[in-house]
Amino acid sequence: MSTNLADPQRLATPPTFQKVSTSRQIKNGLATALVWGAFLIAIIPLVWVLYTVIQRGFPVILDGDWWQKSMSGLLARQQGGGAYHAIYGTLVQGLVCAVISVPIGIMIAIYLVEYGGRSKLAKSTTFMVDILTGVPSIVAALFVYTVWITTFGLGRSALAVSLALVLLMVPVIVRTTEEMLKIVPDELREASYALGIPKWKTIVKIVIPTALSGILTGIMLALARVMGETAPVLVLAAYAPFINYNLFDGPMASLPLMMVNERNNPTQAGFERIWGAAITLVVLITLFNLLATVISRALAPKTK
Amino acid sequence: MKIQRHGAVLGLVAASALLLSACGSDNNAPTGGTNNTTSNAASVPVECGGKTKLNAEGSSAQKNAVDAFVQAYQAACPGVDLAYNPSGSGAGVKNFNAGQVDFGGSDSALKEGAETTDSTKRCKENPAWNLPLVFGPVAVGYKVSGVDSLVLDAKTTAAIFSGAVKKWNDPAIKALNGSATLPDKDIAVIYRSDESGTTDNFQKYLKVAGGWTKGDGKQFKGGVGEGKEKSAGVAQAVGSIDGAITYVEWSFAQDNKLSVAKIDSGAGAVELTAETAGKAIDEAKIKGEGNNLVLDLDSIYGSKAAGAYPLLLATYEIVCSKGYDADTAKAVKAFLTVAATTGQQQLADAGYVPLPKAFQDKILTAVKAIA
Amino acid sequence: MKDPVVAKRPARPGDTGAERGVAAAPHASEAPIPPTPEAPETTKAPHVRPGDRIFRGLATGSGVFIVVLIGAIGLFLILQAIPSLGLDNVNFLTSREWNTTDPTNLRFGILDLTLVTVVVAVLALLIAMPIALGIALFLTQYAPRNLARPFAYVVDLLAAVPSIVFGLWGLFVLGPVLFPFSEWLIENLGWIPLLAKGNVNVQLGGTIFTAGIVVAVMILPIITAVSREVFERTPTMHIEGAIALGATKWEVVRTTVLPFGKAGYVSASMLGLGRALGETIAVAIILSTATSSFGWSLFDGGSTFASKIALAAPEFNDARSAGAYIAAGLVLFVLTFVVNAIARSIVAGHKEYE
Repeated sequence: MSTNLADPQRLATPPTFQKVSTSRQIKNGLATALVWGAFLIAIIPLVWVLYTVIQRGFPVILDGDWWQKSMSGLLARQQGGGAYHAIYGTLVQGLVCAVISVPIGIMIAIYLVEYGGRSKLAKSTTFMVDILTGVPSIVAALFVYTVWITTFGLGRSALAVSLALVLLMVPVIVRTTEEMLKIVPDELREASYALGIPKWKTIVKIVIPTALSGILTGIMLALARVMGETAPVLVLAAYAPFINYNLFDGPMASLPLMMVNERNNPTQAGFERIWGAAITLVVLITLFNLLATVISRALAPKTK
Repeated sequence: MKIQRHGAVLGLVAASALLLSACGSDNNAPTGGTNNTTSNAASVPVECGGKTKLNAEGSSAQKNAVDAFVQAYQAACPGVDLAYNPSGSGAGVKNFNAGQVDFGGSDSALKEGAETTDSTKRCKENPAWNLPLVFGPVAVGYKVSGVDSLVLDAKTTAAIFSGAVKKWNDPAIKALNGSATLPDKDIAVIYRSDESGTTDNFQKYLKVAGGWTKGDGKQFKGGVGEGKEKSAGVAQAVGSIDGAITYVEWSFAQDNKLSVAKIDSGAGAVELTAETAGKAIDEAKIKGEGNNLVLDLDSIYGSKAAGAYPLLLATYEIVCSKGYDADTAKAVKAFLTVAATTGQQQLADAGYVPLPKAFQDKILTAVKAIA
Repeated sequence: MKDPVVAKRPARPGDTGAERGVAAAPHASEAPIPPTPEAPETTKAPHVRPGDRIFRGLATGSGVFIVVLIGAIGLFLILQAIPSLGLDNVNFLTSREWNTTDPTNLRFGILDLTLVTVVVAVLALLIAMPIALGIALFLTQYAPRNLARPFAYVVDLLAAVPSIVFGLWGLFVLGPVLFPFSEWLIENLGWIPLLAKGNVNVQLGGTIFTAGIVVAVMILPIITAVSREVFERTPTMHIEGAIALGATKWEVVRTTVLPFGKAGYVSASMLGLGRALGETIAVAIILSTATSSFGWSLFDGGSTFASKIALAAPEFNDARSAGAYIAAGLVLFVLTFVVNAIARSIVAGHKEYE
């Protein structure tokens, strides 16, 4: 910024606001270097991982069959087939999870920002959201396992996976939504109340639309997180190489589970399927992020 | 603005509907493999029919074999399917006994007691049979530069995997490999870190043949070495360090280009091939009664027959002898018939051992007797 | 497929909002005259509109739901763990043994699991925290605008890479690359217990060191994303004020951005720590298990709670053995609970950041 204007050697001049001492300059330079350094250090593994995925997976997903077929009836060694069954599973499990999580998450955030105030319940709710944020996915999976499978005696199913994912998605939605609702200016609310509009309508029609783009971005980030989760599918779902449209019964594949499963396949075909599934997942999630950007731009009441 | 919003939402719905509309297909027309049927396939006619969609669940060790069976089954009986859910032997037995699946796959025969009582109940008061349909050899894979051929016996193997033998040039190993030059290098033992039937069988083999005292089960008990996740991890690990040794399914040893140790059970070194493993199956004694073909594993592991490779993982299909409804019985019989005949031919490719003729006949007799 | 639903909920209010705008206009013009007598009336008699009551009920109910949910998680895990804990033949907290093969003779203890889990997570956090702070500051304060967006996107994209991919990357790609470095550390700094030769082969890279680095990479995007959000929201007035006082770039950051964003940064890091503690499949793939117990070296192998559970999950058939793993899961839950509670109390101590 303005720091470069100062000449540190000319200390004799009476203090004006362009004087910046050497130590301050050094500190500033050091900080700048560190920040740039951190960024450069971080970008290496990040780009590296992406490169690995793209380099190994890209050729696989170019095949049209990859997007349309399942692995049904293929031997481990045989090339071909596709990931349709797993893509379907990942999307449906994520969708069901979102259908459950989004309303709950947004309502909790609304409660915290608009209603809870400093009440005991609000405090414990915030606390519990924080705790839930830190709950590892494997614990969420074990919880659903103990409830769904050992207590109720139901089988492993895609729905069980979705329920475990809900535990992971809700806190992320609550947090982002809460943050977004908080920065909606109070003036907007007050103006609305002043017009005699009930509180709930104010929230639904003024507060949420104002925060909508941020909320959507949060939801997409949350979805991105849950769709790549491997631990819940490992504990709660069984892999099927064929298409299973039934959410409630039977084994259903998902992209992470497909990758875990193909680790049991020592052949070149297995190697290709693993990285193909990996890049497919990344592509899917990228699409969601892009969609989120598009939607939030279309929906945002005011553009920044 | 309003139109724009609706447009965005509509576009999304349309896009996702398009994505999920029924453009997916399970149809991966099998290519090759099933056409080159040999004589013993022709001799056994398959009576197709009954239920079109069978359900089975169990051991993941026979997953790839069942895939091959399903392919052959579909070639023999068009329009049928079988879903095999590789959720583990325990789950296979549990769900078979609960009547959730038509047959179970398991790394071990039903245990006397609760398991057999439950299965008898499930089969409407008829006994369930254990049919050993899939045999997978376990390779003792290693990588030591300059050592292409290695002979081990059960005792030395047990000593290596329990840490008693620590160097490749240990006298015990030298004694078995007279001519080979063994380096003065530490032996790096690699084992499965996840629970697996391979570990279980390997330890049982060592117990029977090599005086292993560390115990068996799905967790490795040797107390030495380093565990890697799944066969893929184990095989990859051995492939990347000089001096490493492990036990792993044959197909993984082959695909990772590991050297495979020959096993000397007292009648000379035996290389792992389809023939030597088949020989061991032929040597196997049945301890079950009649058509309940429970194997006496000790007779395989402890086999001293010349030219028999004793380190095998046997997995069973657990079926009802009687008590299926007519449709299911017909389909199960058709599937198992195919599995025991044409289905076996592709097994070598998938790292399993095809059943030898005599053993195949025993299985077919049992399958025929299912009612 | 998810999007329609995601979009629909918020979209509905938007739609009706437009209608409302028309309806509200005349109302607003009348407003000045009637509200005066009306307003006190509503405050005196607490007449709550049914819509408000329902909405409030829903919101409060959701709040209660989450409190109940956490309780249920703890409760169910405890209920399922207790029978197995009763059958445990060694001390659950202090034993390093883990043997659940024989359900009639369960021997499982969590000492090693706890140590390895904590060391992996702390190592990951120590690596990731400063770097994430750097990236977040870079993206919000230092980077040229046209660079920041694409880079932020790349970082976000990383959050989308599934953990199993990181696991495979760590095993196949990073592990071999780290080997010379690890070996150098052991040879030259091996006298430090943390860097001593461990109980697994360094060459395979299945060490806590590798796992920690990979987990650090995995939690980077999460910490960065949240911190960035917060830093971005530093009031422009504050920043401009600092600049006006002649502050250097760093001083601006130190006096405005960091204090403002500290709470967010800490909570972001806790989010990362939670993920690091519970990271499952990547650790299961990378980390070698070892037969000897953890000896405080970063080049040891071992199992974390999560990887231990994941490696056994496909064989959860006997309720007694499964209970042992559920007990481990319970401890992991308690661990994350405690960590989060501590983090919260730290943040809560600084009321000005809230």
